Amino acid sequence: MKQPKVNAAKFLGKKRMMQTAAIAIIGGIYFISCLVLQFNTVEGIMSVPKAFTWLAVNFQPTPESMSYLPQIGIKLLETILMAIASVVVAAVIAIVFAILGSKVTGISKSMQIFVRGLASFFRNIPLVAWAMILLFSFKQSNFTGFLALLFMTIGFLIRAFMEIIEDEAGESMLALEATGASYFQVIFQGVISQIIPSLISWILYMIENNVRDATLVGILTGTGIGFVFDLYYKSFRFDAAGMTVLAIIIVVIVLELLSNQIRKVIL
Amino acid sequence: MISKDEAQPILRKPSLRPDPQPKRIKLHKSSGSQWMINSVFISLILITIYTLTHLNTENVKLSDAFHGLGMTLNQIFFQPNAGSDGIVVLLQALGSSVLLAIVTTIIGAVVGFVLAVLASRNLTNAYLGAGIRSAMAIIRAIPTILWALIFSIAVGLGPAAAIMGLSFHSIAYLTKAYSESIEEIDQSTIEALKVTGCKFWVIVFQAVWPTIIPSLVSWTFIRLEINFANAIAVGAAAGAGGIGYQLFVASGMSFDFHEVGMIVYMVIIVAMLLEFVAVKIRQHYLTTK
Amino acid sequence: MLEVKNLAKSYQKDKPALTDISFKVDSGKFVAIIGPSGAGKTTILRSLNQLIKDDDGQILLDGEDIRAANKAELRKLRRQIGMIFQNYNLVERLTVIENVLHGRLGYKSTISGMIGRYTEEEKREALELLDKVGLSEFALQRCSELSGGQKQRVGIARALIQHPKVILCDEPIASLDPASAQNVMKLLKDLTVEFNIICIANLHQIGLAKEHADQIIGIRKGQMVYNDVSENLSEDAIADLYGTAAVKELVE
Repeated sequence: MKQPKVNAAKFLGKKRMMQTAAIAIIGGIYFISCLVLQFNTVEGIMSVPKAFTWLAVNFQPTPESMSYLPQIGIKLLETILMAIASVVVAAVIAIVFAILGSKVTGISKSMQIFVRGLASFFRNIPLVAWAMILLFSFKQSNFTGFLALLFMTIGFLIRAFMEIIEDEAGESMLALEATGASYFQVIFQGVISQIIPSLISWILYMIENNVRDATLVGILTGTGIGFVFDLYYKSFRFDAAGMTVLAIIIVVIVLELLSNQIRKVIL
Repeated sequence: MISKDEAQPILRKPSLRPDPQPKRIKLHKSSGSQWMINSVFISLILITIYTLTHLNTENVKLSDAFHGLGMTLNQIFFQPNAGSDGIVVLLQALGSSVLLAIVTTIIGAVVGFVLAVLASRNLTNAYLGAGIRSAMAIIRAIPTILWALIFSIAVGLGPAAAIMGLSFHSIAYLTKAYSESIEEIDQSTIEALKVTGCKFWVIVFQAVWPTIIPSLVSWTFIRLEINFANAIAVGAAAGAGGIGYQLFVASGMSFDFHEVGMIVYMVIIVAMLLEFVAVKIRQHYLTTK
Repeated sequence: MLEVKNLAKSYQKDKPALTDISFKVDSGKFVAIIGPSGAGKTTILRSLNQLIKDDDGQILLDGEDIRAANKAELRKLRRQIGMIFQNYNLVERLTVIENVLHGRLGYKSTISGMIGRYTEEEKREALELLDKVGLSEFALQRCSELSGGQKQRVGIARALIQHPKVILCDEPIASLDPASAQNVMKLLKDLTVEFNIICIANLHQIGLAKEHADQIIGIRKGQMVYNDVSENLSEDAIADLYGTAAVKELVE
């Protein structure tokens, strides 16, 4: 009886020590990083009320700022359409690559490695780099924004779709293969019909995400909602900038609620 | 004993009786889920076709543009060099972006955990939870870059604004992720401690914390990856420094695409490293669970 | 008749997973393969329809060597071999009848199989088979709404609509409760006799194997250590397979 007790105490003590050490290490990393970045935590916390006071005072819409609404509305709609188009085109490309490259449906080992590399490459090139590179060739146009979002989204969706296929379709696929079905029959009957809800769920999430990312792309490339925000912000028309932020909040939250409703019905 | 069905054949509803030779045998009944899937697909495709055919290309000749893009990409990926800034400056900038990502993730994780506990349906009262969740949804809806711009007025341009901006989004994101993990905990685990009269935070650290560590760690590392990408974005679009700012200057002001190439490679290496660590950690926790 | 000759397989060099497996099964017979976990039961079963490519030996189905078949020939041979899985492996989102009809895919052109077009005759047969396995009123239900035992019966109907000569069952009852397990075993046995097919099942439960199977094959460490009619399976043979300590537990 004595032996296990000692072990348990030892185990708990060791666990506590490990946790203490982990907290100490994380804390140490935090303070050293702050020192290097010249960031004062207390000042940072103090800035929060300051920022919100400033927001409340300056971003408050005035009767005049209503006159900006049509322009904001048009640009916002443009941004949403662009986000949707980039996700849909990316999804079509990504599903083909995901099928070719996933562990269960992949056609060959070398193809799997190639697709994984491709996805990782597209995903990890910063969105800023895509936007700036494309801006240089395609100038200040919506097409630039579309392509930047597209390349980024392809990388994300290939990885997501591959994981979905590997998680959800492996077993049913094996069964169809055993019946003597051909590769394309297995893919369409066994894989696609099984993973459709998860596919849609990811597509909806990416649309929401791309509306947000389009703001960044817009600031850099001078398109869509990001452009108008940047314009108002830099010309100190903060009431209009506030309206823009409000509009973005509403759109993103509506999209999120809509997506959740759709997910509930299809799952 | 005769079963009910056999005893009263006349009362059988005709629809229950399979027609011996129906014209066409149906394979599925119409369901709300199938209808929704079809309508989502059709509307998304129609919107995409409309958008692509009405896309404003500012009269840029696409063939020329793609040709130019090819040349730029060639410079970026096949002839990278450190450019006028030199490798030391670029490495310093990369380092400060990584630190920025780490600091904001730590802030996000600590504050996010506290808020997640307070927001979880199975731990606290409904009103407080709903309040925190809505506030977080609003914060999440505002893009990170806008947060950074807003703070850059309040605290001045620089790393502090970037840290505050990134932290805000991280907190909101991690609060949601953590509280979803907490809500998946078996209710009986929590109740078992509640009946022994444990205090609220004792329950949190004895029952909640150990149960969700795997998903906590894996979400935190996912956020670290996102924050690194955001740190670059904020550096570029809000002038907050780091490798993102160098990237912006090289690609948008000095047009030195060889340097852009060097920066892109550096960022990819760090991003892949972070991804690798995140995957390893997730595997570690999945296998030991 | 199915004849397996000198089947061998190794996943890693010098570590054989199967060595020199040979046995014969006649039509209308139910064979159980028993043995400890990791002995190679699943490898044998999946070699029979070449889901796992084995390294050596012959698998003759009515004299035709499955191992010698090329890709197109293999597809044709697989149509004659139905398979049932531990986790049912249904396309959960599709309806019961659609899943049964998947058994016809091997007979269809690629395009009509891809979009799921089936003839009325095929659909009628699917309904008849569902009636046989006792699921006729569930035909239009989604598979995700069924219980484990019901799912496995859909799997059996899917195998039968292939008009198979052989049905392979990979741990068919391992995920089922005892009553459903008993039902599924009885159904498999009855159908084997009715359609005069060969049914080969990997089983953990020796009791059920003895009760339902005509022939029992014992596998240990990739080698066949027992092959006889099920009445002859003695405690000594079980001890030889699983080790003496396990006998009492397993026989009960």
